[in-house]
Amino acid sequence: MASSTSFRVLPGFGLSLGYTLGYLSLIVLIPLAAVFFKAGSLGFDHFWAAATSPRVLASYRLSFGASLIAAGINAVFGLMLAWVLVRYSFPGKRLVDALVDLPFALPTAVAGIALTALYAKNGWIGSLLEPLGIKVAFTPLGVLVALVFIGLPFVVRTVQPILEDLDTEYEEAAVSLGASRWQAFRYVVFPTLFPALLTGFALAFARAVGEYGSVIFIAGNIPMVSEITPLMIITKLEQYDYAGATAVAVVMLIFSFLLLLIINGLQAWTAKRTGRAR
Amino acid sequence: MDCQTYREGSLMAGAAAVLHGTADHAARFESKAATREPGLVKWGLIAISLSFFAFFLLLPLIAVFVEAFRKGWETYFNALLDPDAISAIKLTLLAAAISVPLNLVFGVAAAWSITKFDFRGKHFLITLIDLPFSVSPVVSGLIYVLVFGAQGWFGPWLSDNDVKVIFAVPGIVLATVFVTFPFVARELIPLMEAQGKEEEEAAVVLGAKGWQTFWHVTLPNIKWGLMYGVILCNARAMGEFGAVSVVSGHIRGYTNTMPLHVEILYNEYQFAAAFAVASVLALLAIVTLVIKVWVERQAGKAATVSEDE
Repeated sequence: MASSTSFRVLPGFGLSLGYTLGYLSLIVLIPLAAVFFKAGSLGFDHFWAAATSPRVLASYRLSFGASLIAAGINAVFGLMLAWVLVRYSFPGKRLVDALVDLPFALPTAVAGIALTALYAKNGWIGSLLEPLGIKVAFTPLGVLVALVFIGLPFVVRTVQPILEDLDTEYEEAAVSLGASRWQAFRYVVFPTLFPALLTGFALAFARAVGEYGSVIFIAGNIPMVSEITPLMIITKLEQYDYAGATAVAVVMLIFSFLLLLIINGLQAWTAKRTGRAR
Repeated sequence: MDCQTYREGSLMAGAAAVLHGTADHAARFESKAATREPGLVKWGLIAISLSFFAFFLLLPLIAVFVEAFRKGWETYFNALLDPDAISAIKLTLLAAAISVPLNLVFGVAAAWSITKFDFRGKHFLITLIDLPFSVSPVVSGLIYVLVFGAQGWFGPWLSDNDVKVIFAVPGIVLATVFVTFPFVARELIPLMEAQGKEEEEAAVVLGAKGWQTFWHVTLPNIKWGLMYGVILCNARAMGEFGAVSVVSGHIRGYTNTMPLHVEILYNEYQFAAAFAVASVLALLAIVTLVIKVWVERQAGKAATVSEDE
């Protein structure tokens, strides 16, 4: 159907594309452009000073550091959970499978106060950790806990479909050639999963860096210690420092756009890898 | 080719859950020696991953309800029947009632143009539609402050005409529309891509009008995907916190949504009341997940039926 550009059977191209572009511009593109215009009007020195003040720098370290660690934890346990859900049958499996999406469905503020109640000194988990000298709530560790919660489904839901589609033949071939079960996983299954796992990791990381609601309750928000970058934007807005808030927002936006490009590349790689595996 | 773009598309939706079949694959793997682990390894893995699941997902959910009822039923219902709570519930419903239909229409239009026609820049357009998923909720709120706020582009004009957008209901609705923007489109694009356009073309060649084709051919094919997108969109619309928090100004009884009301109560140390309102939102999340599983099952059935044919 090479002629489809010159001859269209189906109607509605102009209307649907026009509506799509108009709505996209009004809701997303023009407001997003406002941030860059505002940042442009600041002048570079002002922008740089606002985007790299010591308190903001400390928040980058926490936000990016905790998000990386959380995404790493999610990659390990998310892979394990996806594996268990696809490969084994056990009682309660359907319930577990359904609840994996809880962080997508549960409002972040609700997750935030629930995690705080659990990990506070007198909470169910916090009171167990207290005698060990581990404080979670109102410390950077609390930020990590919230980010692990929010990122888990990204890894499970990107790895799971790839695991489900995997034919048993490859592992059978590996075993018939003398591979141990671990070798079959390490050299046959894992390379097939790897692009998807990396994609899930990147998605969890991207979500964690921008996350606000589930973190602020458990973080304690101590300046230079447990303030995340989105909170810095809020703090600056509350002080009517629109320029400062915009500068930090631009840094976050540029970072998320870069990550979006990387994720798109990873997804293309996953498609290629699994396409070949078929 | 179709299969590959579908896979790529469905992975792109990463930020939202993707409709996939619910067939149990375990039997296929557990029946063969080559794809089966020793019992110790199997149960070890199950134990570790389920403990992780319990600590990070199950316990927070249970904690919401336990904390909500800690001070008894009376406190619980008083918290929900408080006038501020009721106005928060109303505003949350309003924001969802506006943003979900808007993004539903957009999602259908976007998916129709992207999957039924060939044009340049299609992949770039899909990336742009995905943008709101990769923007921090706080930044999503900020962009509207910069456009409509007192110091924003339209700020002076709005205040001259006595229209309030920021720290008022329109701002909350706009922020909600932004954060839920891609949900329906992201669900429909991979689905309609995989279905192709032959059925619609046949209908048009046989004399059907454009809308007839959509109602009688396309819609029945995409209804489960559409519903899936709508429930996820709705859950996010009702639960959004960061973006709405920036544009709301936290005016009690006027610009507070349910999640913001939870925050206020919590910061005032009214924990039982905060968790009572939170439990309603948690219930909404559970209902969302139940409908989601049901839709997946229906979609799975529909897929097997069409394969049998």
